[in-house]
Amino acid sequence: MERATLDLWVGLFVMAGIGAVLVLALKVGNLSTFSVGDSYAIYAHFDNVGGLKPRAPIKSAGVVVGRVADIQFDNERFTARVGMTMDNRYRFPRDTTASILTSGLLGEQYIGLDGGGDSVMLKEGETLKLTQSAVVLEKMISQFLYNKAAEGGPSK
Amino acid sequence: MFGRTTISVRGIGHHTVDAVWRLGYASRFLGLTLGHSGACLRRFRLVIREIYYAGVLSLIIILVSGLFVGMVLGFQGYHTLQTYGSESALGILVALSLVRELGPVISALLFASRAGSAMTAEIGLMKATEQLSAMEMMAVDPIARVIAPRFWAGVISMPLLAAMFSAMGVFGGYLVGVVLIGVDEGSFWSQMQAAVDVREDVLNGIIKSFVFGIAVTWIALFEGYDAPPTAEGVSGATTRTVVTSSLVILGLDFLLTAFMFRGV
Repeated sequence: MERATLDLWVGLFVMAGIGAVLVLALKVGNLSTFSVGDSYAIYAHFDNVGGLKPRAPIKSAGVVVGRVADIQFDNERFTARVGMTMDNRYRFPRDTTASILTSGLLGEQYIGLDGGGDSVMLKEGETLKLTQSAVVLEKMISQFLYNKAAEGGPSK
Repeated sequence: MFGRTTISVRGIGHHTVDAVWRLGYASRFLGLTLGHSGACLRRFRLVIREIYYAGVLSLIIILVSGLFVGMVLGFQGYHTLQTYGSESALGILVALSLVRELGPVISALLFASRAGSAMTAEIGLMKATEQLSAMEMMAVDPIARVIAPRFWAGVISMPLLAAMFSAMGVFGGYLVGVVLIGVDEGSFWSQMQAAVDVREDVLNGIIKSFVFGIAVTWIALFEGYDAPPTAEGVSGATTRTVVTSSLVILGLDFLLTAFMFRGV
């Protein structure tokens, strides 16, 4: 085969391949997640993290503002210590509340942040004071049944 | 009775020694190929020629298979997901299964049977017709001139082919899911983008296909180089290339998946 034709085909092939990688990265995946350079870390202690996983989103008012970096067990306080990587563009007051929420009925769990009224903003490495644990469905159901039984008990 | 046992034990020993010997020979062959690839990377024209034969000519089968695998995934995924009322997650299902598993694995299987068998047959025939010996007579190293360019062509082509397979498959899933069945286009793409991670999923898929590329090309070239120089030998080597590389792809895929997606 002639050299120029061969080069043309191989060139097209390589370009199509790189194009496919770009499509996978940009259209299928989401490359727009912020890089490590422009982020800061904060921590929070939860009594129960439920099904929260590393890399789960951290949302405030529904907007993704960070990701869960790691989840560890704190052996002194007997709570879960969650490290969060926050986007540098977003700053939160020190009395921000972190709660573990579920997207939809069966969806993945994420951390929701509700900003407080403090004028001092959270800095790198600080720990959130106010947290709300994940809702454990079994506990809620047993509580509900217990209440029902307590209500209906005397009348029988 | 005793004699038969001895013979069968001897048979096991023979096969084991043979397998270990072949593995060692194949590793030395890979080492030689890598050692001689400096020359062929300087004469990149040789590699380009082989990329044409291994990669460009495999395009049609890869693209068509990718499209159809994606479309079938669209149908089957929709069928299962709609029982749970979550057909908007069709994009996640199609994209994740393609990018993580089906893209690298199926395109590697196709590559082994389309390009790998051709490589084995070509090199086996070169050996049978004593072209390789003729090269040695002319002080041209056949490993540097024939083997190394094909090796690098395979290693370069495989990830590109796998990426095209996955992209085509996602398009096929889109065609069936959104255009044909009518899943909401916005949720199809947005859920897919939220779930597919570039580093965790896309990059790991590319690493997988890269490893498969090395394995398939290595096996194909070695079987060709090692083939008995007869018509029967070449046909046997071609069959072994397809069988061995398919098994190796599936085995490696299990290992790589176990390492990459252990679940956190």
